[in-house]
Amino acid sequence: MRRSMLFLPGNTPNMLINGGFLGADAVILDLEDAVAPSEKDAARVLVRNTIRYMDFRGCQIIVRINAIDSSFWQRDLDEVLPQKPDLILLPKSGSAQDILAADEYITALEEKLGFERNTVGLMPLIETALGVENAFAIASASSRVEALFLGAEDLTADLRCQRTKAGREIEYARTRLVTAARAAGVDVYDTPFTDVNDDEGIQVDAALAKALGFTGKASISPRHVEVINRVFSPTRKEIDYAYEVMDAIRLAKEQGRGAIALRGKMIDAPIVARAEQTIAAAREMGLGREERS
Amino acid sequence: MSTKVVKSIREAIGLSGLKDGMTVSFHHHLRNGDHVLNIVMAEIAGLGIRDLTVNASSLFDIHQPLADHIRNGVVTAIQTDYMAAGLGKAISRGLMEKPVQFRTHGGRPSDIASGNTPIDVAFIAAPSADPMGNCSGKYGKSACGSLGYAIPDAMYARHVVVITDNLVPYPLLDWSIPEIYVDAVVSVDAIGDPAGIVSGTTRITRDPVGLVMASYAARVIEHSGLLADGFSFQTGAGGASLAAAGFLKDIMLAKGVQGSFGLGGITGYMVDMLQAGCFQSLLDVQCFDLKAVESIRSDPRHQEISALHYASPTQRSAVVDSLDVVILGATEIDTDFNVNVHTDSNGYIMGGSGGHSDTAAGAKLAMIIAPMFRARLPIVTDRVTCISTPGRDIDVLVTQGGIAVNPKNGELCRRLRDAGLPVIDIHDLKAKAESMTGTPRRLTKGDRPVAQVIGRDGGLLDTIYNVPEA
Amino acid sequence: MAEIVRVASAGTLESSDAYVEIEPADEGIEIQLESVVKAQFGEAIEQAVRETLASCGVERARLTISDRGALECVLRARVETAVLRGRGES
Repeated sequence: MRRSMLFLPGNTPNMLINGGFLGADAVILDLEDAVAPSEKDAARVLVRNTIRYMDFRGCQIIVRINAIDSSFWQRDLDEVLPQKPDLILLPKSGSAQDILAADEYITALEEKLGFERNTVGLMPLIETALGVENAFAIASASSRVEALFLGAEDLTADLRCQRTKAGREIEYARTRLVTAARAAGVDVYDTPFTDVNDDEGIQVDAALAKALGFTGKASISPRHVEVINRVFSPTRKEIDYAYEVMDAIRLAKEQGRGAIALRGKMIDAPIVARAEQTIAAAREMGLGREERS
Repeated sequence: MSTKVVKSIREAIGLSGLKDGMTVSFHHHLRNGDHVLNIVMAEIAGLGIRDLTVNASSLFDIHQPLADHIRNGVVTAIQTDYMAAGLGKAISRGLMEKPVQFRTHGGRPSDIASGNTPIDVAFIAAPSADPMGNCSGKYGKSACGSLGYAIPDAMYARHVVVITDNLVPYPLLDWSIPEIYVDAVVSVDAIGDPAGIVSGTTRITRDPVGLVMASYAARVIEHSGLLADGFSFQTGAGGASLAAAGFLKDIMLAKGVQGSFGLGGITGYMVDMLQAGCFQSLLDVQCFDLKAVESIRSDPRHQEISALHYASPTQRSAVVDSLDVVILGATEIDTDFNVNVHTDSNGYIMGGSGGHSDTAAGAKLAMIIAPMFRARLPIVTDRVTCISTPGRDIDVLVTQGGIAVNPKNGELCRRLRDAGLPVIDIHDLKAKAESMTGTPRRLTKGDRPVAQVIGRDGGLLDTIYNVPEA
Repeated sequence: MAEIVRVASAGTLESSDAYVEIEPADEGIEIQLESVVKAQFGEAIEQAVRETLASCGVERARLTISDRGALECVLRARVETAVLRGRGES
C-alpha cells in the first residue's frame, strides 16, 4: 500500500538513515533535484549503501534518478538497481520513447544481475506539458510502469503559470493523469504540497487529490505524511460498509438470489468493486475484520 | 528617605561579613546572559577571600571564569542543580579537589530551608529593584520574568544583596522578593546581556525525527487516560518537547479538554496553550522566552512560584505533587529506565537534573522523549553513565523507533497498544538501535569522584568519576 | 590495484556524516581519525575504512577523517566516493 511517499534528499545521511521511521508508506531517495551536480557521485554511493544496509521497516523504496536527458541517469541505475528498489521514479518523462529507453536499460541490467524481468518497477514523473498530453502513452508504454506521478512545480513552470495553493492551474493535469493511469491500469500519485507549515492546506489538498481519484500523494515534509495517510485510508465507516456489501452478496448467493439490495440501494458491480478495494486497503493496514478480531 | 543602596558590590561584600570558608549563592534566571556571578566572584577574589562554597541554582558556559577561581583557591566547593558543558568538562577532567554536589531544583531549596546547606550571602541579580530591596524579574531591560529560584535564597540566606540595573523609586509593586529579606541593594550598569537571558523565541523543531517523536508523545498523552478536564502538564524547552506541546494543544482543542495548569520553565508555547484555553493558569518558576516574560507581566493567570513551591520534597506540598504529565529529555536511559541528564556518553558533565527528578517523581506520567540514537550512540544502554533520575519514576520512553513502557506501568502499556501505538520492549529497542549503529565499546571511568548526584530525598543517587585523558 | 592520483574529499561535517580526505601515499594505508564517538567506535571505524579501501583495491593512500557520528554505511560511502574522486574517476 502506498498512500504517502516522502522525498528524502539523496546526499543527506541524517535524513536517509531515519527514512524508515518517518511514517511514510514509501520513501523517495532523491538523486535529482535535491543533489547538486558536483555531488551526484557521492549521493549515488550513499543511496546505494543506505538501501543495502538500512532497515526501512516495510517502507517501500523508490529512487528518483536523474532525467534521461542528463549524463547521470545510467550510472544512477548501475549503482542502485542491484539493491532492488521497488520503483524507479523517472523525472521529465515526456513520451513513450523516454519510457522505452529507460526500460531497455533497466531490462539489460536486470538480465545482467540475474533478476527476473520487472523486478524493479518504473514510475514516470510527469512534469512537462508534453508529458501530460502523452500521459496514456507513457503509462501504457511498458509493463514495467506501475504508476504515474504528477510533478506540479516543474509543470507550472513549463505551462508558464504560477503555482498556487488552490491549484486551479493543475486541475487539467490532475484529471488527465488520473484518467490516463486508470485507463492503463496503473496507480497514480499526486504532487507534493510545498508549504510545510500550512497544516490546513495539506489537508485540503490531499482531500482534493483523493476525491479526484489519486492513489496517494507525495510529500516533501514528514509533517504531511500523517495527514496524507489519514486522508488516503478508508474510514471505519467505509470499511464496515464494504464488509456489509460483501456479506449481503454472500448471503444472496447462498439463497440463489440475483438482485441484491442493501439499505434500500441496489448493489451493482461498481459498488462491489469499490467494496473489494476498500477491504483490500483495510487489510493491508491491519484494519480488516480478520485483523481486528 | 531610607535606603539600603550601597555604592558598590565591593562595599556590599564588605558589609555582608563574608569571610574565608563561607557559602555564597546565585540564581540562574539570567541563564547564559548572566553577568552577576562573574562580577561578584571577581570582586570577592580581589578582596582576597578564599575557600568559598558557591551554591548556584545552575551554572552556564558564561560562568567559565569560575574555573580560574577554583584554580586560585577562591572557590573550593560547588553546589548546583545543573552545569553546562564548558565548566563541566573542566570538572570532569579533575579541576576540583572536592566533588561537586548536584541537587535537584526541589532538593536545593529544601536543603537551604532545612539548614543542610546554609547560605551566608545570597547575591540576587534583579532586573528591577527599589532602594529597600523589593525586587522583580518582570521589568527592566534585563527582564527575565519569574525569579522563582532566587526566592528560597532570599528567604534563608544569612545576608542578602540585591544587584540591579534598573533601580526604581520605592515601592516597587508586584515584587517577586519583598524587602523584608534584603540587607543591601547595589545598582550596576548591566546585570546581564539580554540576548543570552531569554531567547527571542524558543522554536519548535523542524527536524523530521523530532516531529515523529513529538507526534507519538502527544498521542501517548492522548491515550494515557490522563487527558481530561483538570489536566496538568509540564514540558521542557527542547525542540521535540515543544513540538509535542504543539500537537497536544491541537488534540486538547479538538477534544475540548479544559486543562487545569501548565507548570515549569514556561515558553511561549505554553502561553499559547493558556491563551487558547487549554489551561486555567500557568505556574512559572522560570521564563524561557520573551513571550513568557510578557505573559507573566501582564496576565494574572500566569503566576510566579518559588522553587520551594515548585518542587521541594520537604514542604507540606509542592506543585509537582499535583502534576499529571511531564515530558523530559535524556542523554541516556538504561533498560531499567534510569535516566542520565548529567553527563554525555563520554562521561563529561554537561547538564544536571534541574527539575527532572522532581517532576518525574511527582507526575502521574513521566515521559522521556529522545531519538533512538544521537551521532551513532544509542540512547538505550545497559546501564547509564550516571543515574540522574531513578527508573522507578519514569513511565515511558518515546523514540522514533517505538515507545517503551516501564513494566511497572502495565495499564499504560495496554492503553497504548489498544490505541495502535508502536509499543516495544526497551531491550528490543536497544537491540534495534544497535543493529543500526553497532554496539559501542563501554568506557572505563576514572577512579576519582568529581561529583555527587544527590537525589531529591537527600540520599546519594550516584557518583560521577573523572574522565581520564585519552 | 587502484592508485590514488590526486587529493580528493567527500562528505560533510554535518551530524551523522563524515568528511573524508584522501591523498596519494608512497606506501601503505595511513588513517588519521577524529571522531565524536572515537572512544566507543574508533576501532570499528578504522576497520570499516580499511575494508572499504581494500574492496576498492586501494593499497596506498593517506586519509584524514572527521567523523560526526556517521553510521557505518555512511562512512563507507564517503570513503568510497573519496577514492573514486582520488582516482580521477568521477
